[in-house]
This record gives sequence, structure tokens and C-alpha cells, in this order.
Amino acid sequence: MSATTTSAATAAPDFEAVIGLEVHCQLRTASKMFSAAPTHFGAAPNSQTDPVVLGLPGALPVVNRQAIEFALRIGVATRSKIRARSRFARKHYFYPDLPKGYQISQYDEPLCEHGLVQFVLDGQPREARLTRIHLEEDAGKNTHLPGRATSLVDLNRAGVPLIEIVGEPDLRSAAEAGAYLRALRQLVRWLEISDGNMEEGSLRADANVSIRPRGQSALGTKTELKNINSFKFVEKAIEHEIARQIDVVTSGGRVVQETRSWDAERGTSFSMRSKEQAHDYRYFPDPDLPPVVVSPDWIARVTSALPELPAQRRTRFVEALGLPAHDAEVLTGERALADWYEAAVAAPSKADPRKLSSWVQSELLRVVKDTPLAECPIKPDMLAELVALIDAGTISGKIAKDLFARMLQSGERPKVIVDREGLTQVSDTSAIEAAARAIIEAKPKEAAAYKAGKQQMLGFFVGQTIKAMGGKANPQLVNDILKKLLES
Amino acid sequence: MAITRDEVKEIAELARLSLSDEEVTRFTGQLGSILEHIDALSALDTTGIEPTTHAVPMDCPLREDVAGAALPAERALAAAPVRSGDFFEVPKFVSGS
Amino acid sequence: MSAASTGTGTTDPTTMSALALARAVRQRELSAREVTTAHLARIAAFDKGERGLNAFLRTDEAGALAAADAVDAKVARGEDPGVLAGVPVGLKDLFVTENLETTCASKILQGWIPPYDGTAVARLRAAGAIIVGKLNMDEFAMGSSNENSAFGPCRNPWDPTRVTGGSSGGSAAAVAAGFCPITLGTDTGGSIRQPAALTGVLGIKPTYGRVSRYGVVAFASSLDQVGPFAGCVEDLALALEVISGHDPLDATSIVEAPSALGPALAAGGRPQGLAGLTVGLPREYFIPGTDAEVDAAVRAAIRELESAGARVIDVSLPHTPHALATYYLIAPAECSSNLARFDGVRYGRRVQPPGGDLAAMYQATREAGFGDEVKRRIMLGTYALRSGYYDAYYRKAQQVRTLIADDFRKVFASCDAVATPTSPTAAFKIGEKTADPVQMYLADVFTLSCNLAGLPGMSIPCGFTRAGLPIGLQLMGRPLGEAALFQLAAAYAARTDHARRRPTLALEAA
Ligand SMILES: [Mg+2]
Ligand SMILES: [Zn+2]
Repeated sequence: MSATTTSAATAAPDFEAVIGLEVHCQLRTASKMFSAAPTHFGAAPNSQTDPVVLGLPGALPVVNRQAIEFALRIGVATRSKIRARSRFARKHYFYPDLPKGYQISQYDEPLCEHGLVQFVLDGQPREARLTRIHLEEDAGKNTHLPGRATSLVDLNRAGVPLIEIVGEPDLRSAAEAGAYLRALRQLVRWLEISDGNMEEGSLRADANVSIRPRGQSALGTKTELKNINSFKFVEKAIEHEIARQIDVVTSGGRVVQETRSWDAERGTSFSMRSKEQAHDYRYFPDPDLPPVVVSPDWIARVTSALPELPAQRRTRFVEALGLPAHDAEVLTGERALADWYEAAVAAPSKADPRKLSSWVQSELLRVVKDTPLAECPIKPDMLAELVALIDAGTISGKIAKDLFARMLQSGERPKVIVDREGLTQVSDTSAIEAAARAIIEAKPKEAAAYKAGKQQMLGFFVGQTIKAMGGKANPQLVNDILKKLLES
Repeated sequence: MAITRDEVKEIAELARLSLSDEEVTRFTGQLGSILEHIDALSALDTTGIEPTTHAVPMDCPLREDVAGAALPAERALAAAPVRSGDFFEVPKFVSGS
Repeated sequence: MSAASTGTGTTDPTTMSALALARAVRQRELSAREVTTAHLARIAAFDKGERGLNAFLRTDEAGALAAADAVDAKVARGEDPGVLAGVPVGLKDLFVTENLETTCASKILQGWIPPYDGTAVARLRAAGAIIVGKLNMDEFAMGSSNENSAFGPCRNPWDPTRVTGGSSGGSAAAVAAGFCPITLGTDTGGSIRQPAALTGVLGIKPTYGRVSRYGVVAFASSLDQVGPFAGCVEDLALALEVISGHDPLDATSIVEAPSALGPALAAGGRPQGLAGLTVGLPREYFIPGTDAEVDAAVRAAIRELESAGARVIDVSLPHTPHALATYYLIAPAECSSNLARFDGVRYGRRVQPPGGDLAAMYQATREAGFGDEVKRRIMLGTYALRSGYYDAYYRKAQQVRTLIADDFRKVFASCDAVATPTSPTAAFKIGEKTADPVQMYLADVFTLSCNLAGLPGMSIPCGFTRAGLPIGLQLMGRPLGEAALFQLAAAYAARTDHARRRPTLALEAA
């Protein structure tokens, strides 16, 4: 709802939202967190299990090293404090998708704490603090079929490694939360630890939302918003919850601490059972797993292997390459794209970085929307060569666009095509003059109209002349020569 | 510390046991006398003593991330008391709880 | 008896040691099939039926004979059939066995056919052992008398009106009764040593982490340890060597390779074979509550060790009086967690009240599936782990555990082993202690500390009461100090014949 639609809201004080996100992110390992069972997404139901995943009596967990390594990567990237000895605990609750009756998770001794996430909102760099990043195992999946008295359980997802990224309540608007979440998604993809796909459930966000009168430092009662399973709805869902709370408060009510579920179809949220069954997770250190020891050496190796991070790269693109902030943001959206762009900048053609940037954004991104960048037939040095050809005046912009399409088809370098097909731009004034004269002579009526003051006829003559020259004429020269001829 | 009938019922609920009245009475008495015995520990000063979580101290071994063979679905489901196709089947419950 | 007639030689295979059986099979003096058949026949004669001992919850004749034939075929082909070739072995019914029902003596798991073998079982099979069946126990290993089995108590071969001890009662009784020369059990607070003492056989709980727990249904994960029972010290060592060693499937498995026990046995067997060893007698274990006959037999055994060259000194383990309370916090807490998986969804039995929802199914399944003692411990553990109680109970117990382990560390600075009674009494009557859980818990008062500290502990027969009931001597050692215990046991066995006495089974007498 909009705050202006009710009378209560009109008189209401100005509210500030306080938002913290808890983000679960599946790690892209080949095997599960605590056993060698495979992790193929979309496999037939219950085909990705083993005794450990099924929680069979007697089965025991063994920690996946790669999962720890991945968590270290994001821990170091967020400048978190890494715990030398972290520990797995058991979190107990009964649920059919939780085979052991407990989830193995990190509790009071998580791997990473006190990190920072950098993101951009409206072109402004922001930071949000992280409480912790810890490792745990995913649960399976329950399917509730409408009209049936039973539910179905698939344990394929059970045991897939997750990191839970718990943020401090540092976010103040739905837009900020959205930007933060997109930055996290960018980061996990950048670090190659997760595909960050929200629609497939490999990234899942819960939002803790409260409101308070602006200027008040005490926190209001928060609600936990769950089931925001698409990027499209993150901001909408949080916006809705903020508005709902403002509405509750301004109409004299009190916000109840509860868990609410977002219903994307109806664009609203509903309260999930407040306290139907007693809730006490009875955490204790998992006796099956000794403490995980991370040596300073391991942290050093992860640190030195870390790629330049999106925020640093964004800054460098602006400062060293002279890109506008927005361009830098787009180009650092994915590490592969930023790498591609930088390879183009570094190519021997020495093309102008800003022009390369606009070619990448307007042409390249359009054609690689559905295919991986690595599979694009146009390689960075080829685009650089193309841009350099335009800059040198060798080809026209129009030819360049055609050329781009042909490079995409054949994978040939632009110079090869230009040389073979004589596409070099004509800058020879006598050739242009000859062609222009011929057109003027062939179109006396139009020439007269121009002379009578119909300025827009110049465009007609430019087009005709360039066309007559097979598109290869330098448009600026054509323009100048036509003007001179028509006005003489 | 004595344990009350209500506490016994609460704990049974947490542990998903539906105790009969007779069991609640019996367990209240028995758990009470066990706890009485156990409460002697509280007299012991353990300030500054590290808890032992593993009797033989060791670091957690780490497994290389190599996927092994999965249990075929048929084997995974073979012992299910109730199944539906390739799924375990359970009575319906509140969605999303 | 019928079993004797199945052997080809003059010796009844059911009276032979595992070592002798494996040697005979390897040298083709006996076939594995003959050995297996003889043992199965003895089990059929004395274990089943109303007057039977009820040590086995089920035997696997077909599987055993197929395994025996495979061993015989290997022998025939001249291949190495393994150090336990043709040796019948019984498993406590919490060892997960592929395609062989595993119940933990609980109704909740009745009918469960596991899809995998645990590590210890796989190692036994690889060594040529013949798995003859699954043995009775207290439900989920919770108990000290085997009376908490959902399938009836196991009777003591020395006196069928008495308990075997527990929880590995079936494993102890099966060795005592000559059903198999080696069995496996588990020991969380004394569940190998106490029944070994009460049935007059040898049993060892190795150092925590020496034997893999993979495929062993967990009771209290930080205390559980697998170990063998046997009728003589050589068989005990052989069985332990086969099942020991690092297992990548158990994150608490010790990586260093355990040393071979042969040298310790040889050393112990020599005259004055204990020279250089120091044995401590902790004063907290020699207390008025112990039965006088037990106390006397244990003291006599210690004099025997002394005369074999051991130096015996008095020591103190001052936190011993707190072990029971510590144990009865840690073990139930871990058990309440480990048993959460029994929910009627993936395996085991489900009870579904008509029209009930998921919560009703969980509650009905667990209420009907678990026995009294299991429920009691789940309740106790759930109580101790609740938020707000964790520090006062579970964490506190883990701190006291540190104190108890520190006591041992200090003592082992000057001793190679400590010697104590295994159990304060010999076997008690079936039904005698079932009404009072605390009285029952006291049966483990001498064995609990060893688990809390993760140490190896062994029980060896050291005499009999006037009523003819076996008495056990407990030896505890340093972490991975099993060799010293075997050296002591070998020296003691060389000087006494308590371990060689066998009960006369009821039907044999008839
Ligand atoms: Mg959370
Ligand atoms: Zn989580």
C-alpha cells in the first residue's frame, strides 16, 4: 500500500525501515557436505542419496574440504575474521525433509565472522556488515499436492553444502536490500563458489524487517519474511512488509514477532504458525565431527588466489580507464564479462576503453544473453580490432555494425573481412565528389528544394550518396562535400 | 532439582513422544530421582575448565570433493514404510512451517 | 550332543578357539562349512525355544553357509582365505549388515534390511569370518542387563535365571555358550566389559577411535566404541587386530596405525612377563559397595599380576564419584539426538493414528516403537539440552569429563595400566533391578570413566563366586595403550585357568 492512501498514514510520522538478510547459498561442489553422494540438480527423485544423506542408522558425516575452501573464499573476500578452529553443531527439529532429525550446522563457533559486503545503490557505494558466514547442510524437499492428505519427500537436495550469510540489520530500504542481495549474488558467482540462481533455489533469502520512527535508535519488533524465491520479488516483498508494518502501527496496532511467508502470486504475505509446536533447537557440538582447523597457511593460499573483487574492479575501471560509473557497474556484473572487457582493452589494437565499453554493452551483451561469453565467436581482441578500425576511419560505423554481425557468424577477424571484401571506408574526396555530383544531377527537383531552403533534404542526398558508394563512404566527408556542391 | 509433570509433558512434546498419563507419572518420579543424583555435579567448581567434546583430541579430517555412486532410488526407498512412486510419503502437515 | 558329530576330527569345533579354527580351515583339517554347521547346530540346540538362552535375535544360516563355501573355495584354489577363515562370528544387532535385518533390539527398527555393511563388519568378512547372526542386546544399547531388549532378555549361560549384563549381553553369552568363538559388541559405558565379566569371557573396549563406528547404530557418539568378545586372550587380540585401523568414513577414527599385539602376548606369556610394567590400584574403585567375593577375587588376581613381575602401586582417581552423573548427562543428551532420526519416514516401523497429521504420526511411531529405558534417556537428554539448561547440564558434564580424563592422565604418568573390579557384583537375577533405574545405572559405576576419558579397557575372567558365577577384572590403559592390557591379560591367562572354564548348558546337563 502507499502511505498516502489512508488517513492514518497521512498523519503518521516518518518511518525508517531496518532490514537484515539471512542468505542461504548452495555451494557448487561435486559431492555433498558430509558424504560422497552426488549433487546433480534436477535428477530423478531420491536418486542422489547414500546412507549418510538418508540418515540411515550407523551412517557418519565426513566434511567436504571443498566446501570449507569455498566458505573461506567468501570469508576472505568479505574481509571476515576466520576462526582457526570452527565447529559443527547439531540443530534439532523434526521435519520430513530433515533425515536425521537434526541439521548439522555451525552455531556458536562459525567459520567466518564480522565481514563486510560492498555494494552500489543509485551509483553510490555502500557497505553492510556481516554477522557471520557459516557452513551447514541443506534439507530435502517436500511437495504438497493440493487435494491430497499426504506430502511427498525427495531427499536429493538433502546434504548439499550451504553457506548461510547472516547480515547485520544495516539496510534501510527495500531498494538497498535488493542491491545488497544482488551484490552477494555477484560475489558468489565472481568467486565461483555458487551459481547464485535464486529461481532454482541455490540462493535463498530471508529478510528480518522492522520499522521505527526516523531518529529513534531502539529497534522495533521484527518479522521474518521467508520464501522470497525470486530476484524479481525481493524488493516488492520487503516493500510490502514495510508498508504493512507502517499500516499496523499507524492504525494503532503493534507489530507481532512472527514468521511470514511471501506469496508472490498474490503479491502479499501471510503469517506462518506463530508457535504451533514448541521450538527449541537443542544445539550441541556434533560429537561425530572434531573441530575444523584452518591453518594460517590455508587462509594465505586462499587470499593470494583470490581474484580482484567486483568493488575494486569497478573503482579501477572508473579511475584507470575513465569509464562512467554506470558502465563500470555493468561491466563488472559478472567476472567473465569484466575479464572479457579487460582482455579487449589490453589487446594490441589499443582501442579506446570507453568506445569498447559501449560496444560491449550495446552489441556484445545483446548477443550473449543466452550463451556463455566464453562460447562467443567474437573474441576480445577481435572487438578491439573492430573499434580500432572505426577510430582510424578505416570503416564506417554502419559497416562496423554489419561487420560485427558477420564476425559473429564466421568467427573471422574484422580486418580479414574488410580486406577481402574491400569494405574500407572511402575518404577520397574526388571519388565522393564524383558520386555526389551524379546524384544531384539525377535528382534536380530535390536539389532545387534544398536550395529553396528545405535543409532536411541534405540527409536524403547523404543517404543516396553513401548507398551509391556501397556504404563505404566516410559520412562526414559526404556531408561536407554535398553541402558545398548544393550550395555552390 | 525436582521435575514437574508439566515439564515432563513439555519435554515429551519436544522429543515427539506421546506419553500416556501413567508414563508421565512414572517418568516424573524416575527422572526426578536421576536428576537428583545428577545435580550433585553442580557443587563441583568447574570454572575455567575446558569442556571435553572429543575424548581423543584430533582435528576434523577433510574429505576430497569427489562424488561417488549414489544409492539407486529403489534401494534408498526400499525400507520406506509408505512411499508413492519415487518419493517417501508422509501425512500432510502445515505447508512451509 | 549333535554338534560334535558334525566335525570330521575328534575335536568338536565349538570348543576350539578362533585361532585354532582358522588354522584348521586353512590347513584343510576342517572345512569352513563343517565349522559353520557345527556352530549353527549348537545355537539351534541351546539358544532357541522357551528354555534357550536367547542370545541370537536371528541367525543367518543361508548367508553363513554361502560365506563358508566361499572360504572353502578360496582354500581349494590356494588363495589366502584370511586370518579368520571360517571362524563363526556373531554381531550385536546394532552392527549394520547389508541385506540382513538389523533392529537394535527395538520394535521401531523391526524389519529393517540395511542397504550397506558397516566398516567393522566389512573387515570381518574380508578376513574370512562367517557372520552367523545378530545378537541380543538392550534396546539401542541402553541398559546393563539385556533386559531392555524388545525381544526378551538374554539368559546367562552360567545360570539362566540371571542376567548376562548389558548392553552387549547376547555377544557375551554367545561366546560363553560356545555359539561362536568371537563376537562383536559396543561399549558406551561398560557394555562390553560388564557383560564379559558377568558371563566369564574376555572383552575389550578399545581406545575411542581405534575401531570405526561407521555402520554401528549410534547411542552416544562421543562414548561409543566397538570391541570384540572372545574366550581367550589370543582370540581377543586377533579379532581386535582385524577390526582396528583408520577409516575415512568415520571422522573420529584415529589415523595412526595401531601396533600389532603379538609381541605383547608373547611378552606376557613368558615367566616374569610383566617385569617393568606398573599397575595402579585406584582407591576409589575398592569401596565397601563392592561384593566381598568380587573384591577378594580381584585382589587375588592383582597378586597374580604382581607375582608375574608387575609393580603394583596405589593411585587415586579423585573425580571418580562424579563419573556416574557425568555419564548420565552426556550419554542421554547424545542419545536424544541420535535417536531423532527414527521418525517412521524412511525406514523402520510407522504408526499412523487414523486421520492424524504428521505430528501425530511422529508421536505415535516413537511412542510405540521405543521401550521404557530408551524413552527415559531421550527425555533426560532432551531435558539437558534445552536452551537455558545446556550450560548447567551438558556443558558442565563435559567440563567434569575433562577433570576425569585429567585424573587418568596423571595416573598414567606413573602406571601402564590400572586394575579394578569390572562390576561391583556378579550376575544378578533377571527382574531384580528393573524397577529402579538408578540401581541399574550403578552396575556400570566402575566402567563409565573409561568411556568418558576415551581409554582402552578390558575385562578378563578372574574367578567365580561360591555360587559359581564369574567375576571380572578390569584393566584400563593409556590412549592406544592396548598392548599393555594384552600383556597383562596374557600373563594372567598363563597362570590361571578361570578363562578356560565353560558353563554346562541346561540342555547339556539334561
Ligand atoms: Mg538462520
Ligand atoms: Zn541455515
